[in-house]
Amino acid sequence: MQQSLAEKFYYLMKLGRVFELRAKEEYMKGNIGGFLHLAIGEEAVHVGATVAFEKGDIFTHYRDHVYAIAKGIEPKYLMAELFGKKTGVAKGKGGSMHFFEPSLNFYGGNAIVGAHIPHAVGMAYARKYRGENTGVLVAFGDGATNSGNFYESLNLASLWKLPIVFLCENNLYAIGTRIDRASAITDIYLKAKPYMMAKQIDGMDVFEVYKAVMEAKEYIQEESKPYFIEALTYRYEPHSMSDTGNYRSARELEIAKSKDPIERLKKSGLLSESYIKYIDDLVEKEIEEAVEFAKNSPEPEETELYTDIYCEVCKNVIP
Amino acid sequence: MLYREALNLALDEMMEKDETVVVLGEDVGFYGGNYRVTEGLYAKYGERRVIDTPIAENSIVGTAIGMALGGLRPVAEIMTANFAMLAMDQIVNSMSKLRYMSGGKLLLPMVVRMPQGVVKQLASQHSQSLESMFACVPGIRVFTASDCITAYHGLKTAIMLDDPVIFLEHTLLYFEKFEFSKDSFYNPFKARVLKEGKDLTIFSYLKMVHDVMKVVTQIENTLNISVEVIDVGPLNPLDLETLTNSVKKTKRFVIVEENPKHGGFGANILSAVLEETFYNLDAPPLRIAGEDTPIPYNRKLELLAIPTPEKIYSKIVKWGKENGL
Repeated sequence: MQQSLAEKFYYLMKLGRVFELRAKEEYMKGNIGGFLHLAIGEEAVHVGATVAFEKGDIFTHYRDHVYAIAKGIEPKYLMAELFGKKTGVAKGKGGSMHFFEPSLNFYGGNAIVGAHIPHAVGMAYARKYRGENTGVLVAFGDGATNSGNFYESLNLASLWKLPIVFLCENNLYAIGTRIDRASAITDIYLKAKPYMMAKQIDGMDVFEVYKAVMEAKEYIQEESKPYFIEALTYRYEPHSMSDTGNYRSARELEIAKSKDPIERLKKSGLLSESYIKYIDDLVEKEIEEAVEFAKNSPEPEETELYTDIYCEVCKNVIP
Repeated sequence: MLYREALNLALDEMMEKDETVVVLGEDVGFYGGNYRVTEGLYAKYGERRVIDTPIAENSIVGTAIGMALGGLRPVAEIMTANFAMLAMDQIVNSMSKLRYMSGGKLLLPMVVRMPQGVVKQLASQHSQSLESMFACVPGIRVFTASDCITAYHGLKTAIMLDDPVIFLEHTLLYFEKFEFSKDSFYNPFKARVLKEGKDLTIFSYLKMVHDVMKVVTQIENTLNISVEVIDVGPLNPLDLETLTNSVKKTKRFVIVEENPKHGGFGANILSAVLEETFYNLDAPPLRIAGEDTPIPYNRKLELLAIPTPEKIYSKIVKWGKENGL
């Protein structure tokens, strides 16, 4: 069990990282436009939580690539979306920040900080209403916990006794502003404590994240109450590709990298050398194919500009 | 029937018919709604389906979005359009965008209802007409309800639609009586010709429709003309076809709107209609709108700030005489 989980974690974290490293490369070449927010360094949180919520609903912020991959969307459709192609997961209309796949219960990518938190609360209400108990998880950064959406959602989830896991990825920075310069309370889980069960965990250890989220999921399913997890993590890359990263020291980055979740898993003794090699090769190949797929895919038709805005059959709905 | 009763009937019938329809908002449940639109629903359907919320407008709309994603058909009530400004992020950045940004994968069958408009001496923060703010956002439908027929059928359609709808009501209409029959025909995607005429078209919506109707005979008699009156109905998408067809026939048009003139929704009607009818026109169009001021508390000043039947009459007569009518 432990070993097969380790193998799964390794595959997904590696797939996520290689996907993002390659996306960065393609961005530099001009094949990807707009913003590109990378989650490199935070894979343990994204993968550990998503694997624990395999069947549940997941809502995320705009740093959504690794969540989407871990939730089971094939990287080629995600890469094609980054390239703005017709075959992309949102037909090229969403881009990096807006990955969604409701058939996999992935309600990802919202680019307004904190705005998706009430969406997850509403989803939890709907699931409970319909007697479906797969659970809802909402992930957001430390920056979102200073917003009204966050507090309104904690209140509603607690008041309405909803089965939802709040997962805060505390990577210490809201773009370039360090947490202690933006938040009066820097142990974020303490903000949630008056409303619900809340704990802080090491977000650089994929097993710890998985275990904590599994426990939280079982708790919300049994008790029908919310649960809060603060995962301490770090992003190696700047906030987005246009960020100079001048707000943090090289030393701080060095220390974070020494706790790298992928390297840590490799050293756990749970994975054989041959498995690691096998996965590394497999992932390289899969991402290479994803890039080829994206490159060779057509642009969306011009008529796509006007679709997916209003329902086309609605004229038949007249009562 | 009272306007608020027509809305109540629409909600009741939809909730009866479809268990996925839920209502949420401040005071909508136990209290019965500030304007009594949801009266009786809490007793009939329980707190699970008629959900009282805290005063947190952004999350009322935000959770409604999540409910819609989860297979429900939420009808959120915002106590007044003024307070909807707190929910503008959810309305503008999520409600109107999720379907498009997901390439059509996410549908939001939801309604956000709210009353707006100038009431009586409620001062600036409770007396706004904010339709322009909603109508300029692609991805949401904006319906208006000016009487019982439009309220009942419009709201039922809005609930049945898979599109997110902003449903605008006018506070002063809630306790007004209008003719009503369930069998009445109304297409909420179309503008409504309330009175046919051949020399001039007057466009308005919500409460202004009634202020226009109060003086239309008087205008006809003074100018010796026949006037067509159109309730614009949906503000987005606009039923431009009905609007331009009328102007091509009458060759003149006036827009009566309660919101401030600068940036008011009438400017949008005017430009859209003018682009299609410029060479048909016999007179420059006229907009009768609110003043570009906040709404004052003092009743005399308040009435100065908005169109009234008397002002509508005198401005149209003056304009008509200047333009050969």
